[in-house]
Amino acid sequence: MKTNDLILQTVTKITVFIIFAYSLTLFFAGHNSPGGGFVGGLITSAGIVLLLLAFDLKTITTILPFDFKKVAALGLLFAAGTGIGSFLFGVPFLTHSFGHFDLPIFGETELATAVLFDTGVYLVVVGVTMTIIQTIGEDDD
Amino acid sequence: MNEILEIVFGVIILFGALLSVLSAIGVLRLPDVYTRNHAASKSATLGVLSILLGAFLYFWVEEGYMNARLLLGIVFVFLTSPVAGHLISRAAYNSKVPLWDKSVQDDLKMKNQDEKAKAR
Repeated sequence: MKTNDLILQTVTKITVFIIFAYSLTLFFAGHNSPGGGFVGGLITSAGIVLLLLAFDLKTITTILPFDFKKVAALGLLFAAGTGIGSFLFGVPFLTHSFGHFDLPIFGETELATAVLFDTGVYLVVVGVTMTIIQTIGEDDD
Repeated sequence: MNEILEIVFGVIILFGALLSVLSAIGVLRLPDVYTRNHAASKSATLGVLSILLGAFLYFWVEEGYMNARLLLGIVFVFLTSPVAGHLISRAAYNSKVPLWDKSVQDDLKMKNQDEKAKAR
């Protein structure tokens, strides 16, 4: 049967940007309020799953040409790298630090190395969920 | 002044809660999938929107805290909930869920029969 998904696809094109923006907000808010790498990654992959529901797998792999297994590996590398990086300063494994910097747009901002660890968590969550979903979705051909 | 505003926000939230109850009653009472979907998607959407709006206004006026997530939630629910209703309705029609027996008109019926005849 020929389907006509115009309404779903149009709404998806708008809401996906809201979902991605919200996941980034949650990711950066994680230090001082609820949120963080795990929820941010899950919401990002939920946005990609919405794209997969509205369009087909082939279109999405052209739009987002990532090998999600490599994304998960990169995330693990980030997380391990922040841990090993603490050896450079002669402190125990996974010791994090922070400092206040004067950025051009944001003004005085607190930057912490824990964000890099959270980036690792984020990338692993996105990579693993998308790998699971894409491998299940590809099975029918 | 603040007491009056508190009462106004309370009325907005109560209005939303009453609309949600109304949509639940509609889901229980209406005869078939399509009318139930009509009740569930419309009045529940407006109910949730007014509850969110009431909470947003309360925290804005009382605590001076403007929560953009509630505004984003209002936009998001307003966009997606009717589309969800549309998709559920269409899925029901395409899997041949019957209309209420007192329905008088089914404009898609002829179109589906034409497509079936073409496919034959």
